[in-house]
Amino acid sequence: MTESSNHEMNNEVPWHVRMIPFFDRYGILIVIVVMCLVLWAMQPEVFLSWRNISNIFKQTAANGMLSIGMFLVILTAGIDLSVGSVLALGMMTLAVSNASGVPWPIVLCLSPFMGMLAGFVNGVGITKLRMPHPFIMTLGMLFMARGLANLISGGVPYSGLPDPVRFLGSAQIYLGEFDGTRYNLPIVFLFTIFVYLVFWILLEHTVFGRRVYAIGGNPEAARVSGINVDQTLIIVYTICGFMAGVAGLIMAGRTNSGFPNAGQGMELEAIAAVIIGGASFFGGRGQVLGIFGGVLIMGLIRNGLNLNDVSTFWQQILIGGIIVLAVFIDVLRRDWGTRS
Amino acid sequence: MRPQNSNDDSPLLEARGVSKYFGAVTALRDVDLQLWPGEVLGVVGDNGAGKSTLMKVLSGLYPPSKGSLHFDGNEVQFHSPRDARDLGIEMVYQDLALAGNMNIAENIYLGREPKRKVLGGLISLFDHKKGLQMAKDHLDNLKIQVKSVEQKVEELSGGQRQAVAIARSIAFQARVVIMDEPTAALAIKEVGKVLDMIVGLKDRGISVVIISHRMDDIFYVCDRVMALYHGANFSESHLKDTSRSEVIGWIMGTKENVRELAHDRVK
Ligand SMILES: Nc1ncnc2c1ncn2[C@@H]1O[C@H](COP(=O)(O)OP(=O)(O)O)[C@@H](O)[C@H]1O
Ligand SMILES: [Mg+2]
Repeated sequence: MTESSNHEMNNEVPWHVRMIPFFDRYGILIVIVVMCLVLWAMQPEVFLSWRNISNIFKQTAANGMLSIGMFLVILTAGIDLSVGSVLALGMMTLAVSNASGVPWPIVLCLSPFMGMLAGFVNGVGITKLRMPHPFIMTLGMLFMARGLANLISGGVPYSGLPDPVRFLGSAQIYLGEFDGTRYNLPIVFLFTIFVYLVFWILLEHTVFGRRVYAIGGNPEAARVSGINVDQTLIIVYTICGFMAGVAGLIMAGRTNSGFPNAGQGMELEAIAAVIIGGASFFGGRGQVLGIFGGVLIMGLIRNGLNLNDVSTFWQQILIGGIIVLAVFIDVLRRDWGTRS
Repeated sequence: MRPQNSNDDSPLLEARGVSKYFGAVTALRDVDLQLWPGEVLGVVGDNGAGKSTLMKVLSGLYPPSKGSLHFDGNEVQFHSPRDARDLGIEMVYQDLALAGNMNIAENIYLGREPKRKVLGGLISLFDHKKGLQMAKDHLDNLKIQVKSVEQKVEELSGGQRQAVAIARSIAFQARVVIMDEPTAALAIKEVGKVLDMIVGLKDRGISVVIISHRMDDIFYVCDRVMALYHGANFSESHLKDTSRSEVIGWIMGTKENVRELAHDRVK
């Protein structure tokens, strides 16, 4: 009796619902593979060239840093609108202090440090000043950090940085020469892999990481379980700011300069990567690997559109459409998944 | 009110003259409560009578505005639910306070995760393996059946969630378990299982405070029942010295026999 009714129930589950676990696991991978195939078909000469691939890695690294920090924040059902400005603040602190003769080991640390500081202020504001939503506090920080970046630089770019400072953003490992092509591996690619690995361990395997998921899932439950929610949130925003500072260091290295309007709009690109990567705005959902996929997809879109000479205007329209589509897919997934 | 067959001379948990204000609202006024070792105390009262607030004071979520708490004869002050949990006072919240996005094992050990130190104690990792095993043993021990302790809580039925919440409350040497309307959100067929679990707690020597609107619950599991009315003590009795209609009367704020009234209410 029970067996037969179970059987019936299984038969009733439509195919698209039964596919959900499969797509949850491999959906992003499939999208990436399809995108690569399409781009390769459109630009067979250029797309799969080593130069283009390492370019994608270099260009997405900064967004990769912002996105993984943003992911941590979004996991707690929060948002950090300030990361683009904080990137600029870190970058300008670095460039200005370098120009005024600060030794490079300190210059190197200044961008991540400023990022951390800004993130800490965000965290304290959200928890201790009891801002009604992280949106408000980080919107404030978006303006303040941008203003500060302009203030300390007088609103002008600084260029020329010492090699050790540029290392992370621009150094490459020479792999060898095959068929007349020189193969160089950007350091920043290895660094990105390393950072994502660290975040994976942090989120999946540390007590802190599991508590971040718990706070995103049900902050009240976390609180009554004796978890110090405020302290955890402050750490989360501090890490997010820190990653924005690291992104500033990478971008300074890649461009050999600091410019005060750097990172404008990048907070939105990071949010897009996180959402495309499968995280939920309601918190508590998403995986590090998915975010990596989201960052790659954003990079591939940009790269593909550039290779095919699509104007930046069309790029904006397309990326906007893709974000809406990604969230709509998530909505459908949830609808089908919770069908009772 | 001491249980008749008890030879303990002090209650395990006691609230003396507890008041609680939320701004201009007085949720509790001079409330006394005693919970004796090994007893199940039912707390009844109309909506807004202050039952949940009193339980939150007992479990350390709210500090009392006035009055004191005593545990094992000593005055205690709770700054957070963690302080109460350290003494073995656990609460099962009305909304269950589980994180739906996490699995059963992680919910049971939330806030008290089994840890594994690596790199000379520098980093404390969540010990997934141990957590799963402990959760499995714990649920087996309580005869709670689930497909797997790795199942996400949001996939469970209301009764299963309630069972997980109760299992969670006694995962660590609990001495007092406080339950806020544990049967209110359940399908009828799941209510019995939860009530049997509560009887099971009593058999383990755990003292229980249970809030319920259902007289069936109160008369099935409780040794004693007390009523709050408009945030103050109204009446209390050993279970065998009272009746359903009397208790229903207390909920409505009358000490007369209200058999007819009660009947109206049920209709
Ligand atoms: N956090 C709070 N802030 C303000 N008022 C509250 C709060 N919690 C409870 N109250 C008020 O206290 C009174 C008692 O509420 P509660 O303890 O939830 O009652 P019960 O659980 O008996 O239905 C109600 O008037 C309620 O509105
Ligand atoms: Mg209540």
